[in-house]
Amino acid sequence: MSKTDSRSRRRASGNSWNFLAAGALFAIISSVLPAWAALGGDAASVEADQIHLQGSRHITTAESYNVHEIQAATGTMVREYVSSQGKVFGVAWQGSWPPDMRQLLGSYFDQYVQAVKTQTSSQMGRRPLSIELPGFVVQVGGHGRFFAGRAYIPDQLPASVSAEAIR
Amino acid sequence: MSAVQRFQALSIFLICGLAVACGGSNSHTDTATTPVATPTGQNVAPISVNSGPEGNYVDAAFAGVTVCVPGTSECQTIDDVLVDTGSYGLRILSSALTLSLPQQDSSAGNPVVECLPFLATYTWGPVQAADVQIAGERASSVHIQVINDNFTVPKGCTDLGLAPANTVQTLGANGILGIGLYAQDCGSACSQTGSANPGLYYDCPSSGCEVIAEGLTQQVQNPVALFSSDNNGVVIELPMVSSPEATLSGSLIFGIGTESNNALGAAKVYVPDAYGNFTATYKGVAYSTSFIDSGSNGYFFLNATTTGIPDCTDQTGFYCPTSTQNLTATTEGTNGVSGTVNFSVANADTLFANASDFVFGDLGGLAPNSFDFGLPFFFGRNVFVAIENKSTPGGTGPYWAY
Repeated sequence: MSKTDSRSRRRASGNSWNFLAAGALFAIISSVLPAWAALGGDAASVEADQIHLQGSRHITTAESYNVHEIQAATGTMVREYVSSQGKVFGVAWQGSWPPDMRQLLGSYFDQYVQAVKTQTSSQMGRRPLSIELPGFVVQVGGHGRFFAGRAYIPDQLPASVSAEAIR
Repeated sequence: MSAVQRFQALSIFLICGLAVACGGSNSHTDTATTPVATPTGQNVAPISVNSGPEGNYVDAAFAGVTVCVPGTSECQTIDDVLVDTGSYGLRILSSALTLSLPQQDSSAGNPVVECLPFLATYTWGPVQAADVQIAGERASSVHIQVINDNFTVPKGCTDLGLAPANTVQTLGANGILGIGLYAQDCGSACSQTGSANPGLYYDCPSSGCEVIAEGLTQQVQNPVALFSSDNNGVVIELPMVSSPEATLSGSLIFGIGTESNNALGAAKVYVPDAYGNFTATYKGVAYSTSFIDSGSNGYFFLNATTTGIPDCTDQTGFYCPTSTQNLTATTEGTNGVSGTVNFSVANADTLFANASDFVFGDLGGLAPNSFDFGLPFFFGRNVFVAIENKSTPGGTGPYWAY
C-alpha cells in the first residue's frame, strides 16, 4: 500500500459503521470461514485468531483504532490493533510461549520466515530479532519461558499513532 | 583410566592453565572490579569467550560438557557448548555426538521429540537420557535434547516461523547448556493436556508427530538442578573487558554458598517475576520485562527512537552510535532490591570491522520495550543464578545476584 492510500484511508476515519457491521456479520459467519490473515487482514481475521488461539477477547477503543486483546489458552496475550477502517495494522504478543506466527502474521508470514532466515545466516549469535522491511516490521525479544514481540505495517499506522503504541 | 577420570584430569590441567592466562590478562583490565583470582575446585569449570566452532560468534561463552550412556563409563566430552542462562536444559547436536543414548518413549511407545523455540531459531530433536558431568559435578540419567532431523518437523513447530538451528553452522556451537532460573525447559504448562499446552513435546510414531503432555520429570532438565551437590545454582565469573579481545577466559562455578568459592558476599539478590523478568529503568521509564541472559550476545535494549542512539544500517539489530555512549540503567527485583548498572555502547560496525576480535564489552542492540543484559553484563561482574525452589544463603530461587 502506498502512503497516498494510507492518507486517504485516514480521511475516511470516523465512519465506524462499516467496521461494526462487519464485526457483527463476521462474528456470525467466521466459524465457516477459513482462518485467514490477522496482520493486514480485516476485523474478521481477529475473530479467526480468537478461535484459533482458543482464547477470550475484549476490545478497548483508542482515538483512531481499537485494540482486540485475546488471551490464548496457553496464557499468551495477543493484542491486535484495528484501524477505524477495520484493518489490522499491528499485532503484539507477550507470554511464556510464542503464538502461532503463521496465524498471526497471515499473508506476511512467508516474508517473516524469509527475513528470519536471512538475518540468522548473516550474523551469528543469539539475540532479539529485529526485522525492518519497507512494508513490514517485526521485533521479538525474551528468553526461555518468556516471549514478547510486535509486528506492524508502517504504511497503515493511523495518523499520530507511533509504533511504540503497539505492545 | 575411564573417560570420566581422563576428563577430570583434563579439567584440573585446564584450570591450572587458565590461572596463568588470567594472571596475564590482568595487565589491561580494571582490577578494582575484576574477579581477584581464578577459582579452583571440583565445582569449577573453565569457560571461554571466543568465536566458537565456526569462528564467527561474538560475545558467546563456551564450556566443555561430558555426557555418558547412563550408568556406564562410555562417555564423550563435547566442547564448544554455549553457556546460556536464558534457557534451561542441555541440547547437543547429533553431529557432535558419537555416543548412542537411550531414547525417551511416550506411554504409547513412540519416541518423544521436542521443538524448543528461541527468539529467531528453534531446536528440534529427540529427548534422550545421559549422565552429565561438568568439572567434578555429575548428574545421572538427565533428559537432554539431541538435535537432529531424524523426525519430520511438525506443522506446529514450523508455524512459529523460526529458522532451524540443527547444524554447527546454524547453531554456532556444538550444543547449548541451559543453566538459567528454572529446573525444566517448559514447566507445568507442558504437563497439561489440550489447548493450554504450548506444544513443545511431541509423540512421534512413523505416521507423524503429535503434541503430547509431558510431565515435569520427563522434560529436558537443567542439569545443575540434578547434580548430587552444588545444585542450587551457578556463578559465572569473567574478567572486565576494556577493549576488544580475541578470547577471554573465565569460570562457571556450581552452587551458591555451598563451597568456599561460591559465597554471595556483597552481591545483591534480585528476585524475578513469574516470567523470569525484572524491571530496568532507563531515563526515568521502567521496563518491567527485562532480564539477564548470558546467551544473548550483547546489551539489547529499546530502539533508536526511544534511546536516540542510531541503529546500524547493515548490521541489523545492533546500535551504531557515532561515538561510544556511556549509559546507566537501574535494575529492580520484585523483592524491592535495586542497583545501578553502568554500561557502554560502541559502534557495532566498527567493532565487527576487526575480524580478529570476538569479545566486546560494549556491544549493544535493540530489544522491544525491554533490557536484555547479555554476556557483556557478565564481564567484570560475578553473576549468581539461583534455580527455582532451591534453597541458598540468599533465599530460595529463582533469583539473580550481583
